[in-house]
Amino acid sequence: MSVDTTPASATGRPARVAHRRRVGKFVLPTYSWLVIAYLVFPIIVMIVYSFNRVVAGLQLVSFTWNGFTTQWYQQWSNVPGLTSAFWLSIRLGIVSTIIATILGTFLAIALVRYRGRAFRGKVVMEQVLFLNIAAPEIVMGASLLALFVAMNVSRGFLTLVVSHVMFSIAYVAVTVRARLSGFDRSLEEAAYDLGANPVTTFRLVTLPLIMPGVMAGALMAFALSIDDFVTSNFVSGTSAPFPVWVYGASRVGTPPQVFVFGTVIFAVGIVLALTSLGLSRKKA
Amino acid sequence: MERAVSADHPGGVSRHHGRAAWRKKLAPYLLSLPAGVWLLVLFIVPLVIMLSTTLETCSPASGRCVMTWNWGELPHVVNMYRPQFYTSLLFAASATLIDLVISFPIAYWIAFYGGHKKNFFLIMLLVPFFVSFIIRTLVWEFILSDNGFVLHFLKGAHLVTANFHVLGTGYAVIAGLAYNYLPFTALPLYVAIERIDHRVLDAAYDLYANRRAAFLRVVLPLTIPGIFAAFLLTFIPAFGDYVNQEILGGTANTMIGTVIQNSFLVNSDYAGGSSLSVVLLAVSLLGIWLYARLLGSRTIEEYL
Repeated sequence: MSVDTTPASATGRPARVAHRRRVGKFVLPTYSWLVIAYLVFPIIVMIVYSFNRVVAGLQLVSFTWNGFTTQWYQQWSNVPGLTSAFWLSIRLGIVSTIIATILGTFLAIALVRYRGRAFRGKVVMEQVLFLNIAAPEIVMGASLLALFVAMNVSRGFLTLVVSHVMFSIAYVAVTVRARLSGFDRSLEEAAYDLGANPVTTFRLVTLPLIMPGVMAGALMAFALSIDDFVTSNFVSGTSAPFPVWVYGASRVGTPPQVFVFGTVIFAVGIVLALTSLGLSRKKA
Repeated sequence: MERAVSADHPGGVSRHHGRAAWRKKLAPYLLSLPAGVWLLVLFIVPLVIMLSTTLETCSPASGRCVMTWNWGELPHVVNMYRPQFYTSLLFAASATLIDLVISFPIAYWIAFYGGHKKNFFLIMLLVPFFVSFIIRTLVWEFILSDNGFVLHFLKGAHLVTANFHVLGTGYAVIAGLAYNYLPFTALPLYVAIERIDHRVLDAAYDLYANRRAAFLRVVLPLTIPGIFAAFLLTFIPAFGDYVNQEILGGTANTMIGTVIQNSFLVNSDYAGGSSLSVVLLAVSLLGIWLYARLLGSRTIEEYL
C-alpha cells in the first residue's frame, strides 16, 4: 500500500500497478460483496419471515412484522397438502436421480471411450444431449404433455419420474464425462491382466475412481428434480410435487410453513455444499 | 486393440476371444442404448409430434387431422401473438443485459483475485439455487408488493410518491428474471475470464497499455465466447419463462410462455400451443446455430 503514496517513478509502471491493486483490493471486492448481498437478500427475507407471527384470520404469510414465533416450525406438518407434496418431491427426486445417474454414467463412458468407427452415432448422441440442455424447458414440458395425451397415459408419479429422468440424463452425462476424460486406463488394463472380467473391473476399479464425478452428477440430477416446476406442472396431473403445490397455493395465499420448508431445504443444501468444499480443500 | 489381435490371428480366433471381441465392439452401443432410447422416446419423439401437429390441417367439422406440410401456420401464430413475442423479447433481453453488466465485474474479481477462496465465492454466486425457484420468486413478490417493507420505507422517506408501485409492472418481471437467471450469466463469464493467461495481461501492461486499453483490447476480446455463451444460457430460459411474469407481472404484459402454458393447461388448444412451442424452439436453435457459426461448435459445450 505504501506504493500508493509515492509519486510515479520514471517508467510510470509502479503507479499503474498501484492503481490496479486499488481496484482489486477495494472497488471490486466492495462491488462483489454488494452483488452477493443482493443474491442473499431474498433468502434472508424468507428465513426472517418464516419466524413471523400471524395475528388473526387465515394462517397465511403476511407482509407486516407481527413478532417472533417458532410456531410454524413446531407445526411444520400442519398443512397436509404441503407435507405430502414435499414427500412426493423427495421420492420423485430419489427415484429419478438413481435412474438418471445410472443411464447418464453409462452414456458418458461410451462417449469418452469410443470414437470414430468404433461408435457410429456418437456425434448425433452428443448433439441430442446438447439440444436437450439448450431447449427451453417449457417446450419440453409441453411436448411431453402432448405425448402423454396422445398415448392416453394418465399423469401422475410415473409420468413425473420418466420426465425428470429425461431432463437429468444429459446433465449427468456431461458432468461424468468431464470427470472421466482424465481417467488412467492402464489401471483397468492391470485389472484385466490380473484376470478380472469386465463387470468385476468396472465394479472394483472403474466405478470407485469415477465415483466423485458420478456423485456430482447425481447431486445435479437431484437438485434439478427437486426444484423443477415447469415440466412438472405439465405432467403431474393431480399429484403435485412441492414447487407445483407451492405455486398453486400462492395464487390464493401462502401458508407460513412454505417458508419453513424453504429455510430447512436451504440450510441442508448450504451445509452440504460448504462441507464438501471443506473436505475437498483438506484433501488438496 | 482388438483389431490388432484379430490381425495377428487371422481366422484362428478362439471362440472365447471372438465373444470378447464382439462384446468390445458392441460395448459403446450397449452402454448408450438405455439413455439413447429414453431420450428418443421422451425427448425427440415428443418434439416430432409437436412439429407434426403444427404442420397438420384439421377439419373443424370432423375434427380429423391430415398432414398437409402447412408451414404457413408458423408465421401465422407469430403474427397472432406479435405483442407477446415483443414483450418476451424486451423482458428477456433487458434481464440478460442487466445480468451481463452486474456479473462481469464479480466474475472478473473472483477469477483474478479470488485466490484460494474461489470455490467459496462460486457457491455464493450459486446461493439462490439453494432455494426453490418458485419460493425465490414468491419472496420477490413479497418484497416488491405495495405494502411490503421496501416500498413502505421508500414512501415513508418520501423518496417515491404514495401511489408508486412496482408489482404488476414490466419492471418487476425484468427484476425477477434478472435475479433468477443471474448465476446462469455469471458462471460462463467466470469460466471465460478464469481461462485468461495472466501473462498476456502483464505483456499488455509491459507494452504500455493503460488499464482501459488492457481491458478493452485484451480481456474483453478473450471473453467474447463466454459473453455469448452467458447471453444464450440466460436469454433462452428467460425468453420462455412464464413464472416470473405470472407471479410478478400481474395480468398485463403477457409473455409467450404464458400463452403456451395456457394453451396446453387451460384452453386445451394443443395445435396453437404446439405451433408457438415450435417457434420458441426455433428461436433458441437459431441463437445456438449463430454461436456455432461465429465461434465454433466445440466452444459452447465448454460453458455448460
